[in-house]
Formats: sequence, structure tokens, C-alpha cells
Amino acid sequence: MPAQSAAEPGTPTGSDRAVMDDRDVSRALTRIAHEILERNKGLRDLVLLGIPTRGVPLARRIADRIAAVEGAEVPVGSLDVTMYRDDLRLRPARPLLPTEIPHGGIDGKVVVLVDDVLFSGRTIRAALDAMNDVGRPEAVRLAVLVDRGHRELPIRADFVGKNLPTSLVESVRVHLDEFDDEDAVLIAGTSAPTGEEQTR
Amino acid sequence: MKRHLLSAGDLTRDDAELLLRTAEELRSLADRPIKKLPALRGRTVVNLFFEDSTRTRISFEAAAKRLSADVINFSAKGSSLSKGESLKDTSLTLEAMGADAVVVRHWASGAPHLLANAGWSKSSVVNAGDGTHEHPTQALLDAFTMWRHLGNLDGRRVAIVGDVLHSRVARSNALLLKTLGAEVTLVAPPTLLPVGVEGWDVETSYDLDAVLPKADVVMMLRVQRERMNAAFFPTVREYSRRYGLDGRRMANLQDHTIVMHPGPMIRGMEITADVADSNRSVIVEQVTNGVAVRMAVLYLLLGGSEPAVGATEGTNL
Repeated sequence: MPAQSAAEPGTPTGSDRAVMDDRDVSRALTRIAHEILERNKGLRDLVLLGIPTRGVPLARRIADRIAAVEGAEVPVGSLDVTMYRDDLRLRPARPLLPTEIPHGGIDGKVVVLVDDVLFSGRTIRAALDAMNDVGRPEAVRLAVLVDRGHRELPIRADFVGKNLPTSLVESVRVHLDEFDDEDAVLIAGTSAPTGEEQTR
Repeated sequence: MKRHLLSAGDLTRDDAELLLRTAEELRSLADRPIKKLPALRGRTVVNLFFEDSTRTRISFEAAAKRLSADVINFSAKGSSLSKGESLKDTSLTLEAMGADAVVVRHWASGAPHLLANAGWSKSSVVNAGDGTHEHPTQALLDAFTMWRHLGNLDGRRVAIVGDVLHSRVARSNALLLKTLGAEVTLVAPPTLLPVGVEGWDVETSYDLDAVLPKADVVMMLRVQRERMNAAFFPTVREYSRRYGLDGRRMANLQDHTIVMHPGPMIRGMEITADVADSNRSVIVEQVTNGVAVRMAVLYLLLGGSEPAVGATEGTNL
């Protein structure tokens, strides 16, 4: 099957500025993994759900690090929020992305949602609604690689890789090896965001 | 702007693959405790059925309801349609009621095209079978079932066997499977192949036994006696002997070959009970897949500000 079309691999323009390189991303994920374990006091009832597309490989990487520390696997899945978005009617019908709920479901579990960029908070609201139709977790936490601010809803992250103060005209892009052949976080300069709104 | 699904031939390869991928994601909904998605909340889907149908209507109804649309069923029997109302007046009525999509099944070939292109209403039209012309969602669910079993359909051989002449399923399948890269062979007695089949870009054969060993998919069609006004074959027994799929013929199939049937099937005529109930048969799965495929069609036509697949407004075939 062709690559998922939600976000094209960004073609770096002259104005792109890297704010995290591959080692920064790696260190941030390692710290998040430890923070999740510390907060949860171990693996008990832990489930990681990545939000497609880039939240899914991030969730896997965090799970790998947790497995390396604790010596046991943590269930990982993905949760597509497309049909729960509040702007569904504002744009042409969008392709659906995979939802894979791990064996054992999420009822009574501590679900950690994983996404690449936290911006308006609308994606997370949609994810909470989507989860409502799948089961009833004991608690839901949020891990993001980058928090760029400008929230439009009362939502905050529990685990943050990097707080990145931005202006609204800038756009933040996360590149991951799985899609873009590199790990990096980029800020596109002062030009208006060019259709790269998947982070919103 | 794309708004309707009238013919399987309107779909590009990208459209068809998007539909199949979307159906694949929607199929997993059947395993969840809450089989409901909010995508079409507040939209109205009208099932307008001028011809008897059980599985197609129920399938569309289930698909629309699982996407949270409001569903209105409107069948010819027991409605103003049986009092002689014209298609135009029915359409204007539905428009006035605020239908966002009209799923139409009609005995007359071309009725959905008229509904879509006459300018009577603004709703999306989905062809759920018109006369002996087309049945695009059936072709999509058939292709989806093949795709799930065989993967990529490029170069796969599909034999469609039986009453091709009266079959809208055969025509839609031939168009869609061609788009997806499969090779289609129509197998039927000469009297049951349509005039102009040379233009379909498919192979034809009168000899079922020669086609079966190479086929990856065997799709059996029902003999539609209700549409027959002449003698197309001498006896049912002779038809069954030459064009029916029985255990002996099934033994000549390749190991991975699947047997399909759009239903309703007549056991003992085009297919024997042991074949229909064998583990090669995916006939029940076709019904399950039908709901997922129809959800994908409704979502991609109605889910956004504008449709993602289908015919461009104003095009005629």
C-alpha cells in the first residue's frame, strides 16, 4: 500500500530551522519513558495509544524504552481521530488512518495518548471522544514530543519532550525516521503555514 | 465536484483504492463494543427502492446508521410511488425533506443517472442497482473481499460465470476489476452474453471447465428468471450440468481460489450446497464486507465539505 497521505514528508525550504536533532529526540523519548514509569509506579495496567500518523511510531519507541527498563512488554496501539474532529465538515472527506486497540482493550487501564505536537488541543479532544467509544480507561494521560503552545481548549500534556514557544505564523514539523528518513523537529520561518496543518 | 456514485467505471484506481482502504479501517468497527461513528451526524440518507431487495437495503441502512446518519426508507410498495408518482416528483419531495444522499435501486437502467443529472435535487446519488446496468457497491464489496484474500489484484484471474446478460453485478465488476488490474473472463452460454460484450475489454468463454483451473476467483451469478422473456437455455438441468459449480468442478480449482456469489443464490442450480458451504466459499463474508464498503462510500461522499470519490457532477455515461 502507498504511504499514508495525511502528511507529506516535508521538503525543507531555506527558512526551516532545526530545534531538535536525532539525539535530542532520542533523549526526550527516554526521559518521557522514565517519567511515565515513575508516575505509574511501573507497568501496571499501562497502555500506550499513538495518534496517527506520527504519534504511532513515537508510542512504539517509548514502549521499546519502557521494555528495556522494566524487562516486560507494554501494549501499544493506535487511535485514529479523523471522524471525531470538529473540523470534519470544513474540509473534503479525509482518508481514515489505522485504529488498533491492543488485546485486552482499554477498560480499567491507564492509557497514555502519544502525539507529536500539541498545539490547539483539538486533536486531543477528538481523541478523548474516540476513546469514549472504545472503552472506559481508569485514567488518561498525554505525552507529546513538542508542546508549541496556543491552546484553544483546556487541555495540557502530562509528559512533554520539549516546550517550544512559537508564534502563530510559524509552523512546527516533526520528522521521524519511519516516514522522513531522519529524526528532527523543524520550525518553518516567518512565512505563513503552507498547508502543513496536521499538527493542529 | 464529485458527488455521486453511479457507475463502477467512474472510479479511478486512486478512488477505488481509497475506498478499499477506508473500508478496511471501518471493518474493524464490527469487533468493537460500540458499533457507531459520529461522521454523518445530522445528515439524512434516503433509501429509495423501486425494486425488491433485502440485503442491499439492509446493508445500506446498517452502514448509514453506524455512521450516525438519519435513515429514511422509501420503497415503492405501499407508497405514493405505487399510485403513479413520477421519479421527478419523488425527487422533488425528497429534496424538500432535506435528503443529503439518495440511495436508489430501480428496475429501469439509467434511473440513478437521471436522478443525479436532471437538476431536480442537490443530494448525492448512490446507485444501488439499476435494471440490468450497474451495481457499483456490489462490485466494490466483491473487490474488497478478493483484496482481503488475495492482496493486490494486479494480474489476478477472475471468472464470472452464469447469467451475464441480465447481471448488473457482472458489468460493474468487469469495470472495477479492470481498473484494479485484474483479468476478467466471462463464462456463459452464448445466449446469456450481452450484445456488445466485445467492447467490455474482457475475455469470454463458453467452456467453464477450461477456465476454472487458472482462476484465482470464481464468481457465480444467479440466473435471473424474473427478467427473462424468452428461452435462453433448454432446461435447468442442462444449464446446471454445463455452467453450475459442483464438488467435482471445485476439485479442479487452485488451492487459494475463492468462490463468491452476490446472492441470492439458488442452491442446486448455479451452485451446489456442498460448494456454497465449503471453506472456499466467502459468500457470508461478502455480506459482512458489504456494510463496511457502503460505510466507506457514504463517508467519502458525505463526510467532508465535499466528496472524495465518485463521478463529477454533470458527467454522463
